[in-house]
Amino acid sequence: MNPTRRTILKSTSALGLLVAAGLVTTRQAFAASGREAFETKTLADTLAALGGQAADSKDIVITSPDIAENGAVVPVAVTSNIPGTTEIAFLVEKNPNPLAALFKVGPDTVPSVQTRLKMGQSTNVIVVVKAGGKLYSATKETKVTLGGCGG
Amino acid sequence: MADPMKIRANAAAGVTEVKVLMAHPMESGQRKDASGTLVPAHYITDVVVKHGERTVMECVWGQAVSQNPFLAFKFKGGAKGDKVSVSWKDNKGDTRTDEATIA
Repeated sequence: MNPTRRTILKSTSALGLLVAAGLVTTRQAFAASGREAFETKTLADTLAALGGQAADSKDIVITSPDIAENGAVVPVAVTSNIPGTTEIAFLVEKNPNPLAALFKVGPDTVPSVQTRLKMGQSTNVIVVVKAGGKLYSATKETKVTLGGCGG
Repeated sequence: MADPMKIRANAAAGVTEVKVLMAHPMESGQRKDASGTLVPAHYITDVVVKHGERTVMECVWGQAVSQNPFLAFKFKGGAKGDKVSVSWKDNKGDTRTDEATIA
């Protein structure tokens, strides 16, 4: 038997074993990965941390102002019409950390959330929706006259 | 301890709409104060909304959520008189839970 191969198998299955043993629940394992995505600095990294390439979808409706006067408070509302939506992530492309907020919706929750975000400059707002284990995304541009970060 | 949240929950046609306004500075860690020193990050990282014992919404937030965060969403079920509780936790370990009755 090849010892290197054994080691690799062991290390990769370690997390799986922990999950199976109930030491780390799947939710905790997931929550940790969610936090990592918040630390990413570029859009590509954030998307990768969220689970890879998302398919464009017309079933995600983003409601945000075309022109926001104050970047510190930009109302953003998202409705996902994709059945089986479990997660909705709000990304602000040009912020220092693009991932702004992640919403985990329960089975009885209407996949439609509204919140207020900070935007440093005119930027694209990208929404990534996870439904049935697949990722979908939509983009909307918002122009900011007065930045909401730094100062 | 942070100030209380304002929570409104209204049930109509089997759907409950929840609106929450939290009192929190939501410092991004990017802003400088008048003397030019960086204001350390202080923001809400997790929010959990429960209807009775059932979790209806879980949020994971970053620094980009605005000061005094606002959250609105709807869930199926919930009757007048039921309790909705909202809990948040920030990056300094501070937490707060408030409860409202569905109207």
